[in-house]
Parts: sequence; structure tokens; C-alpha cells
Amino acid sequence: MLSRIAESLFWIGRYVERADGTARILDVHLERLNHLPMEEQRSVAQELLAVMGARPQSEEFGLDELLHALAYDKHSATSIAGSLGAARENARRARETVSSGLWESLNTTYYGLNQHRKDVVGTYRFCNWVLERTAMVSGLADTTVSHDESWLFLVLGRSLERADMTARMLSTRDVLSAGMSWVNMLRCAGAYESFLRTRRAAFGDQHAAEFLLLDRLFPRSIVYALRDADDCLAKLDPSAQRVGFINDARRIVGQARTFLEFHRTDDLMSELPEHMERVQKAVSQASDAISRKYFNQADELAWVGEVS
Amino acid sequence: MSDLFEDYSAAAGRSGAYDEMFAPGQQARSSYGQVAGALRELSLADVTARADSMARTFLDRGVTFDFAGEERPFPLDIVPRVIPADEWSVLERGVAQRVKALEAFLNDVYDKMAVVADGVIPRQLVTTSAHFHRQVHGFEPAGGVRVHISGIDVVRDAAGTFRVLEDNVRVPSGVSYVLENRRAMAKGLPEAFGQQLIRPVEEYPRRLLSALRKTAPAGVDDPTVVVLTPGVFNSAYFEHTLLAGLMGVELVEGRDLICRGNRVYMRTTAGEQRVDVIYKRIDDEFLDPLQFRSDSMLGCPGLVNAARAGGVTIANAVGNGVADDKLVYSYVPDLIRYYLGEEPVIANVDTFRLEEPEAREHVLDRLDELVVKPVDGSGGKGLVIGPDASRDELDALRKRIIADPRGWIAQPVLQLSTVPTLSGDKFGPRHVDLRPFAVNDGDDVWVLPGGLTRVALKEGSLIVNSSQGGGSKDTWVLADSPQVPVESIPRPSIAVRERVSVWPVESNWRDSQKEQQQQQMSDAQEVAANA
Repeated sequence: MLSRIAESLFWIGRYVERADGTARILDVHLERLNHLPMEEQRSVAQELLAVMGARPQSEEFGLDELLHALAYDKHSATSIAGSLGAARENARRARETVSSGLWESLNTTYYGLNQHRKDVVGTYRFCNWVLERTAMVSGLADTTVSHDESWLFLVLGRSLERADMTARMLSTRDVLSAGMSWVNMLRCAGAYESFLRTRRAAFGDQHAAEFLLLDRLFPRSIVYALRDADDCLAKLDPSAQRVGFINDARRIVGQARTFLEFHRTDDLMSELPEHMERVQKAVSQASDAISRKYFNQADELAWVGEVS
Repeated sequence: MSDLFEDYSAAAGRSGAYDEMFAPGQQARSSYGQVAGALRELSLADVTARADSMARTFLDRGVTFDFAGEERPFPLDIVPRVIPADEWSVLERGVAQRVKALEAFLNDVYDKMAVVADGVIPRQLVTTSAHFHRQVHGFEPAGGVRVHISGIDVVRDAAGTFRVLEDNVRVPSGVSYVLENRRAMAKGLPEAFGQQLIRPVEEYPRRLLSALRKTAPAGVDDPTVVVLTPGVFNSAYFEHTLLAGLMGVELVEGRDLICRGNRVYMRTTAGEQRVDVIYKRIDDEFLDPLQFRSDSMLGCPGLVNAARAGGVTIANAVGNGVADDKLVYSYVPDLIRYYLGEEPVIANVDTFRLEEPEAREHVLDRLDELVVKPVDGSGGKGLVIGPDASRDELDALRKRIIADPRGWIAQPVLQLSTVPTLSGDKFGPRHVDLRPFAVNDGDDVWVLPGGLTRVALKEGSLIVNSSQGGGSKDTWVLADSPQVPVESIPRPSIAVRERVSVWPVESNWRDSQKEQQQQQMSDAQEVAANA
């Protein structure tokens, strides 16, 4: 398939997952933020934005600005509206390749972005709506696109972004350590019920962190997402099965995953920030390596003359 | 007829044009019987609700054109344009004839120019055409076809006669709306499809792909076809994606292609892959920076050389613009006689060639009664309609004509035929044209039954271009015999097997026992359970 189209699909996967992750994080933190006194609200809002990878535009940065920056700002790749807009633009460029169901669900989502009240209460509904729409997009991608190369690029993007988003989600715990409970954190990832059923009453910070980081069966855990990404990379490039890895991306993803998986978990809590930093770095390096290998285009027009 | 048509005959009388649906006296023509019947049953609320839902579907599906950087849905009117079988068979023959003549003309012009030597058209006319490209002179394109895809615009004058308004053999667009309109109408006005035999349009992508594959360079067994688009900001981008998608081929931009050793390759995730046939949807001027505009970012350097060497087929061929020059258009009836030895099936619109002194004088005296068009324009650009123009506009036009008489033609103002069109809360007559599409695979010219009917949405307006407030209508060609394929709903012929797999909760005896015990606990609950 065309490199340009592959790149679009990879980014559709990433952007949709980013919108999903951001909506989850925003939804849970809004609840907390509302209870805080004005001053604290400000600083927490700024820190939360920093965790999501953006800098405040102005000095005056409070709750409303946070909502704008994370939910409604169409020009920022960090916000939900920006991500979904970008996903739709990418789908528009790859429209002949994706199924019409996938394209239409992204297009309809894009046109629905404006139909929400932009206050705190409206944002709760907005976040819910975004989760519904992204679930629909992923579902349609899984059920209406052949699971060939094009789908693999989509899932690859989705898995990498998911690992990144879960890492960010865990980093936000720092921001709100005063009062942000693990229950909320698990709810945020949609992992609450799964966690309860796995661990029963054994409830503690350590266990919850372990679950979101290391669980091999829960699909939003970092280890699971990285394994998904690794599987996609392996299927995309089935060469070199005997010895080592030529593919940079596979090496980076594999190293990040095994480092987590084989790490002693006793001191997990104290090392958490360090782990999260490592995962986010690995994701961005892997993404670069994938572009180098699969999407690289000569940027300038070059003419190669006759051979003889 | 419901009150939706209340003032229709008065409005139709004002325009004086031929109405496609009603004969004088507001009698529906027989071809429109089914449509009239369906509309009679509808109230204003029904019609508006359906029109809204059709517009919404178009926006969600992204059936849009790009206008000044904004995506707009292409307005589709709920009343179709119906063409009876006998009228269509004339159009079909006429369009195919014209395409064959233009094909022969192009082959000749880029070769020996026998048509000039035999005195049919002046040499100067060809060599001064802005789209006569010397870069492609003197070779026959791989596959041997130049006009793979064409759109011949026809209109119906006040007397009801079809005439050709212009030929498009460079990059005719609009076929995507033909395909999408039919899908939308099947949901918007299903009643009218009932017993009528309407010829389907869904064949088009298949025909197009097979024609493109058939004209691949010699020696290629399994040709790779691509559609070349200028990119997502082109006004017809939707069409490019739709056609590429329906044909199941890659949609490439210039930056995806690379020419090496007179062959063309595309950059894929698995390295470079050879491309054999390019369905070109960009203008010649931007195609190849080595030959044409060197600042073009849209094309790919080396394509013209590759075509010259026979390494790739470009459809439509480079340099076709000389055949749809509007001054050449005025000679097409002569070209048909010259190349095919036939009389033209569809007449031209009378055209004044402004290079001839008498014609020019005549036209300059009557500028306010005529339509004046630039010879190389498309999409209604630069066109001046005399009766609607201000004095200043006419004076400016006069100067431009005197400065460059080769650049313009003049035609009488045609009262294009009208079709009822929803406007506000009732139907009014609106002017339409028709663009049938033809696909030429070298042996045979196939004309898509129907074509794009564009409609001017303002009352009295004659400009149907989408960029200037035009919409479209679904175009139905009726079939007169069961020989040709028609739109039909497949008959249900499946045997019914009454077996649905369920796990019946209520039949589980333990559940029902439990239910009974629970019910005894409270009377109120019992009432609720039995209710």
C-alpha cells in the first residue's frame, strides 16, 4: 500500500485513541478539580495540561481554559476536538482505502463536535459522547476493514497511543496526589470492575498500579498495549525471524515491554514516575522509527533521468 | 396535483422554456407519470423532511465539493430528471459519434494534420489554441486511446431539441454525483422507482477500470491502475476518492510517484511499485514540471517522457485541450463529416467565430443579446450573459474581444429547458443542462445511461455551475424493453427457516420457581408482574 496512506492510517489510530484517553482523563479529573479552592484549581489545571504534553497559552489559566485546551480547541493536537478533527482529515485523505463505515463515523463525529455546551456539566456529557464515538470508530475499524496491512497500521497507532495514554493517566496521579484515589484512576481506565474481579478485596495503591501497568489480560494496561504493538510490527515485517531484530521500532517497543514485565514489582510505587517517563519516551521513539521505515518520502521532487 | 405545484404553470409560462415534466396545460408527460404520481401523495412537510434527510446524508457521507476552502454538500433536488428511452437512444448515438470524431481529430492533430491539409479547419486555429501542446506532438500514446473519459454537455432549447453546448475531453468531472444521487434518491423518493424501468448507473466504475486496463502499455499482463489527484483541497477531491475506491485502485498524489528510466513507480510500504495506467485528474499544465509549469508541486517530473516512450498510459492523454477549445467546437460538425462520413446526430448551438470580421461586427452590435464565452474556459468562468450584464461589463467585454478575437466565441442566449425544483415551500421551474459521460476503451464508446443534470437553483438563472449556486438532479433513463438491465429490487426467494437460537431465560424452571417465591413477598410486586 502507499506509504502516504499507511501513515494516515497509523495516525487515525493514534488520534482516535488520544481523543479517547483524553476524554477519560478529563472526565475523572474534572470531578476532583471542581472541589478544589480557586488557587489550587489553577495550579492543578496547569500541571494537568503539562502532563498531557502542552504548555498554557496565557498566564490566566484556570478551569475554563483547561476545558478549552483539552476538550474544545480545534487547533491543538492535544485536545479531543483537535485529535478527532485530525483523525477525520487523515481519513479524508485515505478515504478510498478505509471502509465507508469507518469514514462516515469519523466524519459524523467531526460534525458533532460543536453540538455541546462548553461548561463543566456540558463537558461531562461531551466526554461520554466522545467515548461512545471512539468506541464506535474502533468497532467499525475492527469489523469492516480487512485485517491486512492497512488495519495493522491502524492498530499499531492505536496500541502505541494507548500505552502512552495509560502512562499519562498514571502520571496524573502525581498531580492530584492529595485525594485522587486509585478507585478513580481505575474508573478512568474503565478497569474498575476488571480489577475488583481479579484482586477481590486486596486493595491498595500498589495493586492498582500493577494492574494498569502490568496486567497481561486487561487491554488498557501498558504491557498489553505494547504487546499488541509488537504483534503488529511482527506481522508487518515478517523477515528476520531467526536472529535479533533489524527493525528499530520492534527493538524499542520490545525493550520497553520486557523492562516492565520482568521488573521486580516491590518498589513499584516509588519508581512509578520513572517508569512512566520511560514508556512515553519509548512510544515517541518507536513512532519515529516507524515513520523512518515505512512512511519515509523524499520530500522534494526528484527526477531520475534515463538509465541508458 | 397538490398545492406544491400551485403557481407552477404561471412561472413556467414566464420563462418560455421547454418544461421536461409538464406539457403545456400542466399535463405531466408520460415519462414523468410515475414521478408525478409519487409527488401527488406528498405534503410540504413530507417533501421538506425528505430533502433535509438527503442533505444530511450527503454531509455525513462527505459528498461535498470544496468551495473557497470549505466543504459544501452538493445540493440534490428531490425531483429527478427523466429521459424517455427514444430520446436517450438519440443522445447516446450522438455522444458516441462526437467522441469518435474528437478522438480521430486529436490523433490527426498530433500527427500529420491531414485535417488542415484538406482545408477543413485553418492551421492557425490549431496552433493558437492554448492547449495545443507541442510537447506531446508526434507519438501515439500507449494503448492508442486519447479520449478515455469524456463529458459532452447538452442542453434542450425552447423548441425541445437537444443541442451540444460544449465538449469536455480533458478532465470532465461530476460522475461521482451521478452515482451518489442515485443512492440518495432510492431513499428519498422510493415510491417513484416502483414499476418504472430505470437503467442503472452503478456499472460506471467497472467499465472505467476495464477501459483503463485495456489501454495499458503493450506487454503488461496485469496492469496497475492509479488515480492521480492534485490533493485534498481540489474541488473534485470527493470524486477522486470515490472513483479510486469503487475501482479498488490507489489514489496517488504527485509526490507518491517517481519516474525512473521512462517508467513510473509509486512509493509503497513495500518499496517502489510499477504503475502502468494513470487516470489523470490534474490539468496538463501541472502534470510534469519538466515539460510544463516548472513550479508545479502537484505533478511528477518525467511523466511526459515516460508516456512518449510508451512506458505508461495517461488517461486522458496530454494535450486533449485542443479538442475542447470552444472555437474548435464550432467546427465539430465538419469534423464529424470529415472523419466519420456521417451527419452529426446532435446539432451544435449556433456559434459566432469572432475572428471573422462580419461575425465580429454583428456580435459587437448585439452584445447585450448574446452569451460570450472564453474559448478555453470551463466551469462557467469568464462567461458573460448579455441580457444580465451591466453596461460597464459589456464595455469591458467589448474591449477584450477587440484585443483578442481568437479568445472568445458568442452564442445566442438559449432558454434551457426546465424541471420542477423545490424552492422554499413549493416547486418552481428551474433551468437544467445535462452532461452524459462516455468511456472509450479503444474499440467501443460506452455512454453511461443518464449523466449529470445540473440545475440553476435561482429562478430565471441560466448558470448551473456548482461554484455559482447550482445544484443537481438524479437523471433517470427509462428502458423501453426488458433487454437492457434496469434498477430493480431483488425478489425475496429464500426459504424461511424458523429457527432462531436463543437461551430462553423464562423457561428455566428454577428461575420461574424463584419468581413465584419472590412474587409472594409483596402484593404490589405481584400486580406489577402480571401487568
